[in-house]
Amino acid sequence: MASKFNIDLTVNGKSHAVSIEPRRTLADVLRDDCGLTGTHIGCEHGVCGACTVLVDDKPVRSCLMFGVQAERKAVRTVEGLADGDTLHPLQQAFWENHGLQCGFCTPGFLMLAAGALEENPDMSDDEIRDVLSSNLCRCTGYQNIVKAVRIAARALRAGPRA
Amino acid sequence: MSHIGRSFRRIEDGPLLLGKGSFAADCNAPGQLHMRVVRSPVAFGRILGVETAEAAALEGVVAIWTTDDVAELPPIDFRQMGLEALAPYRQWVLARDYVRYVGDPVAVVVAVDPYVAEDAADLVFCDIEELAPQLDATAAPSAFMPDIHPGLLSEPAVLRRAYGDVDAAFAAADKIVALEVKVGRHTGVPLETRGALGVYDADKDVLTLYGAAKVPHYNRDAISRMLGLGEGRLHLSEGHVGGGFGIRGELYPEDVLVCAAALRLRRPVKWIEDRKEHLLAANHSRDQVYRLRAAVDRRGFILGLEAEFFTDQGAYVRTHGTTVTDLSAAMLPGPYVIPAYAAVGHIRLTNKTPAGTYRAPGRYESTFARERLIDKIATELDLSPVEVRRVNFIAAEAMPFDRGIKTLGTGVVYDSGQYRDLLERVLDRLSYNQLQDELAARRDRGELVGFGVACFVEKSGLGPQDLVRITVDGRGTVEIVTGVASVGQGVETVLAQICAETIGIPIERINVIHGQTDRIEIGFGAFASRVTVMAGSAVKIASEALRDRALEAAAGLLQTTPDALKLSDGMVEAVSGGASLPLGEIALHLKDSGGLTGEGRFVAGHMTYPYGVHAAQVKVDPSTCGITIERYLVGYDVGRAVNPMLIEGQIVGGAAQGIGGALLEEFVYDENGQPLAASFADYLMPTCHEVPEIEVLLREDAPSPLNPLGVKGAGEAGINAVGAALAAAIDAALQKPGAVTQLPITPARLHEILRGPRS
Repeated sequence: MASKFNIDLTVNGKSHAVSIEPRRTLADVLRDDCGLTGTHIGCEHGVCGACTVLVDDKPVRSCLMFGVQAERKAVRTVEGLADGDTLHPLQQAFWENHGLQCGFCTPGFLMLAAGALEENPDMSDDEIRDVLSSNLCRCTGYQNIVKAVRIAARALRAGPRA
Repeated sequence: MSHIGRSFRRIEDGPLLLGKGSFAADCNAPGQLHMRVVRSPVAFGRILGVETAEAAALEGVVAIWTTDDVAELPPIDFRQMGLEALAPYRQWVLARDYVRYVGDPVAVVVAVDPYVAEDAADLVFCDIEELAPQLDATAAPSAFMPDIHPGLLSEPAVLRRAYGDVDAAFAAADKIVALEVKVGRHTGVPLETRGALGVYDADKDVLTLYGAAKVPHYNRDAISRMLGLGEGRLHLSEGHVGGGFGIRGELYPEDVLVCAAALRLRRPVKWIEDRKEHLLAANHSRDQVYRLRAAVDRRGFILGLEAEFFTDQGAYVRTHGTTVTDLSAAMLPGPYVIPAYAAVGHIRLTNKTPAGTYRAPGRYESTFARERLIDKIATELDLSPVEVRRVNFIAAEAMPFDRGIKTLGTGVVYDSGQYRDLLERVLDRLSYNQLQDELAARRDRGELVGFGVACFVEKSGLGPQDLVRITVDGRGTVEIVTGVASVGQGVETVLAQICAETIGIPIERINVIHGQTDRIEIGFGAFASRVTVMAGSAVKIASEALRDRALEAAAGLLQTTPDALKLSDGMVEAVSGGASLPLGEIALHLKDSGGLTGEGRFVAGHMTYPYGVHAAQVKVDPSTCGITIERYLVGYDVGRAVNPMLIEGQIVGGAAQGIGGALLEEFVYDENGQPLAASFADYLMPTCHEVPEIEVLLREDAPSPLNPLGVKGAGEAGINAVGAALAAAIDAALQKPGAVTQLPITPARLHEILRGPRS
C-alpha cells in the first residue's frame, strides 16, 4: 500500500486528524475518514455534482480533488448547513417545495446553491437556473429544486435567519 | 380534518436534508472487506482462462474468485414472467465458458480497502478468444454459446397476442397505413449507483444484506435458494434508496456474490459500484423496433392492427423474463378501440448489457409506436391528428373495457376512464385552435415551431397482494409496517396520510417501516406503480380495523357504545362531547390482550388503468439542430389523488426522464460491441437547462372501482408519452409529417432529417 500523509482537515469548523494516501479523493476522505456520509458520490468523474462541497466558500466537486489538497482549507459539507435544530433556508425551502424525492443528489444541490448564493445573493432567476444546471437530479425534473432555491434566495436576502 | 387530497410536505425528508441518510454506501460494519468485480473487456468470446496470481500477491487482498470458485451457485432465476424456454439464457453470477457483454462479471476480488481491491482487479487478466458479436436484434438469430449449447439461438422466445378478426379488418379497409419506428437503448440510471453490504452474525447464524431495494422479500427468498440458506437465516434491509426506476433492486450477480463472500469469509463484505460499472452492468432497457400495419376506414378508425416488434434484451435474460415484450404487446393498443389485433414480439439477445424494465416498460416504447401510427393515419387521410384520436377512443360508457388479452398474468381490463374528455380538457387548457394559429403565424415568419399531442393508457397496482400491520404504542405513536419498498417516491408520507384519514392522528406521529424482511412475513415491493394502490389499500383496511378496536375498547372504559365515540387528533372522544381518552392510554389498556393493533391485507386480481395525454410545443434551431421545448403539459387522471404535490413531483420527474430518452440518452456501441456511452460525459442526462417547466393537469374523473380508495398509480404517467409527443411536435415544427421515426432525436438525426443523409 502507498505511503500515507497525516494531515489536519477542517470540516464545518471542526478539526479532523486523518492519515490518508495521497490518491484518496476528498469525497472518500470526508465520508470514510471523517465519517461525514452526507456528501454523496454519484459518478466520480465530476459531472453529476452529488459530491459538491464548499472549499474556502467555493463549490467544489469533492470527487475531483484529493483529500491532501484540502489541507489548510476550510471545507463545508451538508452536515454543517443547519444551525442546530433550525434548518438553513435552503433546506427549509427544499422541504416545503418538494425539492427532493430520493434525496441522493440533495446535499450536492444544497451546497452548490449555498455557495452560489453566498457569492452572489442577488442572482436572477436565470442565473440560478444556470448555476443549478451544474448538477444532475434524476427524480424531480428540477422544477421544484429551481423553485426552492429561488424562494430560499429571497428569504436569505430578506434578512437574518429566523 | 381530511388527510387525503392534501399536499403535505413529506415526513421522510428530515434526514435527507441534513445529510443523515443511510444509502447503501453509508452502511458500514466493523472489520468490513471490500469487493471489486473484474469485468469482461470484450463483447463476446470464449473464456480460455482467468489469471489471478499477480493480483492475489497484492498486500491487502483476501480472496479472488472466478467461476470455478462459485461452481455451486445456480444462475439467477426469473422474478416474474419466466418461461421454461428462457432457462438456458439466465446469467451466472460469474461468467462461465463465455463472456457475452462488455461488463460481464468474470471474477471478484475481496480486499481490506476499496482502493486495494480496485488495484488488484486491474491485475486480473482475462484470456478470452474473441468472437464476432451480435449487435442487431432485427438480424437473423445467431448462436448464444456455440460450444456449450449447440443450436441454441439468440431468440429465446416469441410472444403472440391477438384478438378479433384481423384478416376481415384488412379486407374491409379503405386504406392500409404502415410504418417502422425504433426506440433507442437507454435506462433508469439512478443517481445512487448500486451497492450492498453483507454482514454475517455467527452467534445468531443470520446473514443480513443492507442496501436492498424494490423487492426485498422476493430477493431474500431467491438468494436463500441460491445459497441454500434455510428460513430465517437471511434478512434483507432497505435503507434510503437513491432512485429506482425499475432497474434498481432487481437481483443482480453482485448481490449474490456479496452474500456468498460474507458467509465464506465470516466478515462483513461491502460492494459499491462505480458509475462506469453501473452503465455497463445494471439493466439497460427500451431498444425496440416496431413494424406496424393498420387497416383504417375513411374516418381514420382503426379496424385492425398488425404489429411485429423486436426487443433487444442484451446478453442474457435477467429477472424480468418476458416482462417488457409482454407489456409492449398488451399495451400497444392503448386508449383506442382497435377491434382486431395481432402482435408478434420477438425477444432477441445481443452482446450488449442485459436489459430489463425501466419506468413505463413497454409503454414508453409502444406509445411512441402507436401514436406515430395515429399521426401517420391522419397525414395519409388528410385529417387532423386530434380528430383521428377522437374517432378511435374507447368511450367512457364502454368501461370496464375488456381488451381480451393478458399481461403479467392478469386480464387487461380497463377499469374506468374518460379518455376523450381528458384530451378535450388538455386542448382547452392550451387554447388549442388559437395556439395552432399562433404557431402557423410564427412558421410563416420562418420559425420552426410545432405542437404535438399523444395519448396513452397506463397500468398500475399490480397484485397479487400486500399486508400491513399498524400498532399504537403507549405514547400514542403509530407504527405502520409494510412489505412494500421505498425508492424515494414518498411512500412514508402517502401511507401515513391514508392512515391518518381513518384514525385522525397527525402524520408526524406516524412511523412507516418498509423494506425490512424481519418485520413482516410478506411484501411485494415497489414497482409497477403499485404501492399507493396495494399498500395504500391495505393501510386503509388495517386503519379501520385499528379504529374499530380502539372504539370498542374505549367504549368499555367509558361505559358507552362504540357508535357514541369518534377518533380525532389521537383521542377517542364522545360524539356528544365530554369524556375522552388518548389512543396511547387505550394501547396501554390493551397491552395484555394483543395491544392496539390493526391488520390489513389487500388482494388484487386485476391491475387498475390510469390514463393521460401529453402535449408538447417545440422550436427547432436549423443551424444547430438543437430542440427547445417551449411548453410541455401532462394531463393525467389518477383516480384519486392522496397527495397532489407528490403526484405532480412524480409526473414532472418522469417527464424529465422521458425527455432524456427522447432527445439525449442512448447507449451506443461500436462495431465490436464496445460501449461508447460509459460515463456521464457520453451518456447525456438532462440538466435543468434541458427540462422546461412541466405543467400538470391532474384529474380525478375516473376513480378506480377496484380498491377502497379509488386510487390509481402515478409513477409512470410523466414518462409514458414523452417520446411520442416530442416526435409529433418536431414533425410539426419541420412541417414534415412522419419525419421522426427513431428515438432519441439527436442533433445528428435531426440534421439528417433536415438535410438528408451525409454522403
